[in-house]
Amino acid sequence: MDAPISGTGGPTAKAARERHWVSYPRFLLHALAAATDGPPLFYVWMILLTGVALVGANAWAQQVASGMALTGMSDHVSWGLYIANFTFAVGVAAGGVMMVIPAYLYKDHDMHEVVILGELLAIAAILMAMLSVMVDLGRPERFWHLVPGLGQFNWPISMLSWDVLVLNGYLLLNLHICGYMLYMRFLGRTPDPRWYVPFVLVSIVWAVSIHTVTAFLYSGLGGRPLWNSALLAPRFLVSAFVSGPALIIAVLAVVERFTPFRPADGPVRTLVRILRVTVLANLFMLASEVFTEFYAGGAHTDSARYLFLGLHGHARLVPWIWTAITLNAVAAALFLLPSVTRRRGVLLAACAMTFVGVWIEKGMGLVVPGFIPGQLHEVVEYTPSVTEWRVTAGIWAFGAMVYTVALKVALPILDGRAARRASAAGD
Amino acid sequence: MDERTRPLRRRTLLKAAAGAVGVAAAGRAFSPLLGPWDSLTLDEVLQRHYSELTPEDKERVFRRLEEKARQDYGVAVTISDPQPRPRTKFGYALNLSLCIGCRQCAQACHRENNHDRRTRNTYITVMEIGKGTLDLSRANSRYDHPVPLPDKTYMPVQCQQCDRPPCTAVCPVRATWKEPDGIVVVDYDWCIGCRYCEAACPYHARRFNWAKPEVPAAEVNPDQAYLSNRIRPAGTMEKCTFCLHRVRMGRLPACLEACPAGARVFGNLLDPGSEVRQVIATKRVYVLKEGLGTVPSFYYFFTV
Repeated sequence: MDAPISGTGGPTAKAARERHWVSYPRFLLHALAAATDGPPLFYVWMILLTGVALVGANAWAQQVASGMALTGMSDHVSWGLYIANFTFAVGVAAGGVMMVIPAYLYKDHDMHEVVILGELLAIAAILMAMLSVMVDLGRPERFWHLVPGLGQFNWPISMLSWDVLVLNGYLLLNLHICGYMLYMRFLGRTPDPRWYVPFVLVSIVWAVSIHTVTAFLYSGLGGRPLWNSALLAPRFLVSAFVSGPALIIAVLAVVERFTPFRPADGPVRTLVRILRVTVLANLFMLASEVFTEFYAGGAHTDSARYLFLGLHGHARLVPWIWTAITLNAVAAALFLLPSVTRRRGVLLAACAMTFVGVWIEKGMGLVVPGFIPGQLHEVVEYTPSVTEWRVTAGIWAFGAMVYTVALKVALPILDGRAARRASAAGD
Repeated sequence: MDERTRPLRRRTLLKAAAGAVGVAAAGRAFSPLLGPWDSLTLDEVLQRHYSELTPEDKERVFRRLEEKARQDYGVAVTISDPQPRPRTKFGYALNLSLCIGCRQCAQACHRENNHDRRTRNTYITVMEIGKGTLDLSRANSRYDHPVPLPDKTYMPVQCQQCDRPPCTAVCPVRATWKEPDGIVVVDYDWCIGCRYCEAACPYHARRFNWAKPEVPAAEVNPDQAYLSNRIRPAGTMEKCTFCLHRVRMGRLPACLEACPAGARVFGNLLDPGSEVRQVIATKRVYVLKEGLGTVPSFYYFFTV
């Protein structure tokens, strides 16, 4: 259904005779070499990320050894920074679909050239989301109880069991799509649409599903008025379509600055057009929630009151959420300026602001006030502990490592550099 | 080819060295895991869900848990597994006209159920509510003065043993469920500690073991059941079981026995002659947060 990406001019006939049990390990070996080779700055970057990831790993290991008491959570605020990051990471993973839809449904050729950046981002973000849940478990060694067939999988009643299915499914879909495309390109062959287009179409619906299910985790709880809102899933999706494209614009800029890969201008323009709408839609939904909460009032407003204004003198989240709202509002204004498409600095600033804004708003700004006041209206506040910050930094560093390595492998193959080198070495 | 191979080899060597350093650093980073995971036996890690345990499995598991209690807490305990009795559904009624807010029930719960001493954990929160309202948003659980104050109502809140419990629905691994006699229980050896149930419960009835519970040997209640008051492992959820180990043996919950005001009524909701049924039939009764549709088996009532 789609115009296949032109081949890289490699020896197609020769490649067609290749046997996969020889060529696939060769592909993996090539990927390993590409992933560990680079200029000095690359090594500095990777060593830095490894260091942070190991600090996080160590903090988590201590948390397992001494118990979750090392976190700032309590029986009143029983989810915190970890689940906040989980929610946000699922959004970033779903946000990659804002490249896939233009590339495949609107036949945007330039977007098609770089769409794999979005799909690889989804892989890294899903891994971050899964790790964020893993570190939140009190008994991580019992994770196999969640494996369908092996444990006791409470499907379809528990929304968490749905999340296990959709997150793993999304990971597999994107692994297949990226792996297949890169392998074919590596071989110098034209990818067969039958082997990826159906998967891509499924992945578009699937991207929506992962964030819908994540929203339903919260909105399905009748006892938590702040979360028990039909707007939560749409809001999650819209803010995902803010954070995903914003991050991808930044990544495209980094790629252009630090690698020989030259993305076209079209994709960034398309993503900016998307962001102009989604940043505003996100603010609109926030305003809609705020109106509904405060106009009617009553005890059900207490969580929203705690978040935006403070409750009974407790106001730890108030500066936090107003920072997010300010960042998103300023970013929305910047995206509307004509100069955002001309001046790289303005664009990147707007992307950074709204990325952080959404991270605050749908992370701690959503998870924590859901627990405050508690079910018996006791106000117990929450601040993440040093352990939680370390573990979280470690997960982000790990995600960045995965994404860096994935791009290191993918970009030269897309460029045709790898194919040229391989054929040169072969001759 | 030659001039490309040599620097490549040196680079490969460097990469291998960096890889080795990385692996060693990772080993060091994860080393705190060695402590707790060394003491985990394969039998523990592979233990099945309560509903899948055969009588022989239970025998083995219970004896192992007793041995573990001896090692960890220096005390001989017995772990039993009393079964629900036929034609029984337990219900609780609490007389708000009599409750004086002394928190004796909470303290009895603390002792009976081998709660962590450091956090002074208990399954019961007593709310102090001013006149003219029963709205919890205007209540206070942290009062610290002689009780009762004349213009206050005192309302102890614990697990409502709902007929439509949101906590069991959300559990991704079926580690918590409602027993035939109405008691919602947790398999502490199956719970993965995700705390989704704690987020779902509208009554703040669930507790998480943020660390290994601390109980001095002299204070351990040795009369324990697998699904109720045995000392819970760290990292798992726990909750009120109406003292399952007592009530299934025909005794009363510890919180009821401790109540000096006689405010608590416990019994079989399926027995028309039971006192709890009499209360429901003859008093002005209400349940907490009825609008949520959780259908509690816990009733509050007034006599004046």
